[in-house]
Amino acid sequence: MNDAQVLQGRAGETTAAGSVTVLYFARLKEAFGSGQEQIALTPSIRTVQALLDHLQSRGGAWQRELGGSRPVRVAVNQEMARGNTPLSASDEVAFFPPVTGG
Amino acid sequence: MTVRVQTEDFDVGVQIAAMRRGNPAIGAIASFIGLVRDVNDGDSVGGMTLEHYPGMTEKALERIVAEAHSRWDVIDVLVIHRVGTLRPTDQIVLVAVASAHRGEAFAACEFVMDYLKTQAPFWKKEQTAQGERWVEAKASDDAAADRWS
Repeated sequence: MNDAQVLQGRAGETTAAGSVTVLYFARLKEAFGSGQEQIALTPSIRTVQALLDHLQSRGGAWQRELGGSRPVRVAVNQEMARGNTPLSASDEVAFFPPVTGG
Repeated sequence: MTVRVQTEDFDVGVQIAAMRRGNPAIGAIASFIGLVRDVNDGDSVGGMTLEHYPGMTEKALERIVAEAHSRWDVIDVLVIHRVGTLRPTDQIVLVAVASAHRGEAFAACEFVMDYLKTQAPFWKKEQTAQGERWVEAKASDDAAADRWS
C-alpha cells in the first residue's frame, strides 16, 4: 500500500465515523491560530458540551478561551446553540465571542 | 426586504430613494446610520476591522427583519452592514424602515438595530495607540434588546 492509499483509507474511516466542521471567529481564531478544523465524532463527542470539553483538554489557549472564564457563544449549522445541542455527522459548529456589530 | 453585507460604502440618499420609488403606500421612512467614532472606552481609535460569519450573518439579519415585519405593520426594511477596514467618520451600518405612518417605522428601526447588536455575528477589532484590541460586548446592548422580548 502506498502513502496515498493509506491517507485515503484514513479519510474514509473518519467519514464513516462521522465528523463535524468546527469554525472559530474573532478572538478565538487568533488565539488558536486557526479558523477551521475537522473533528471526528466519537461515542463520547455527541453534544456541543462534549466537543467543548474535548477542545479545552488540549490545554494552553484552548483551556484559557474555552474553560469557562471568558464568554463564548456557539452556533450549530448557523443557528445559535447550547451545551446540550446534539451533534451529527457533517454539522457545522462555530465558536465565537459575544457579537459586537452595528 | 433587503439585507446586504459588503465592504463598499453606501449612499443613504440613493438607498432611501430606491425604497420609496414606485411605492405610494409609504408615508414614512425612519433610518439609522451607525458610524465609526475616534474614541472608545477613553482611548483614541484610529480605525477598526469588522469580521463576520458569512452565511450565518445573512440568516440572522433576515430573521431579525422578518421578526420586525411580524411585529409591526411595515412595508419595507433595508439593512446594509459593512465589513473590512473602516476609519473614524466611516459609515458602518444602515437600517431603513418604510411604513404608512411614522410610529411603526421608528419602532421597527430601533428594534432591528437593538437585535442586530446582540444577534448578528459581527466582531469589531479596534486600532488604538496601545495596539489592536477586540471590542467587548456591552451589557447595555443586551438590556436594549431585552426591552423588546
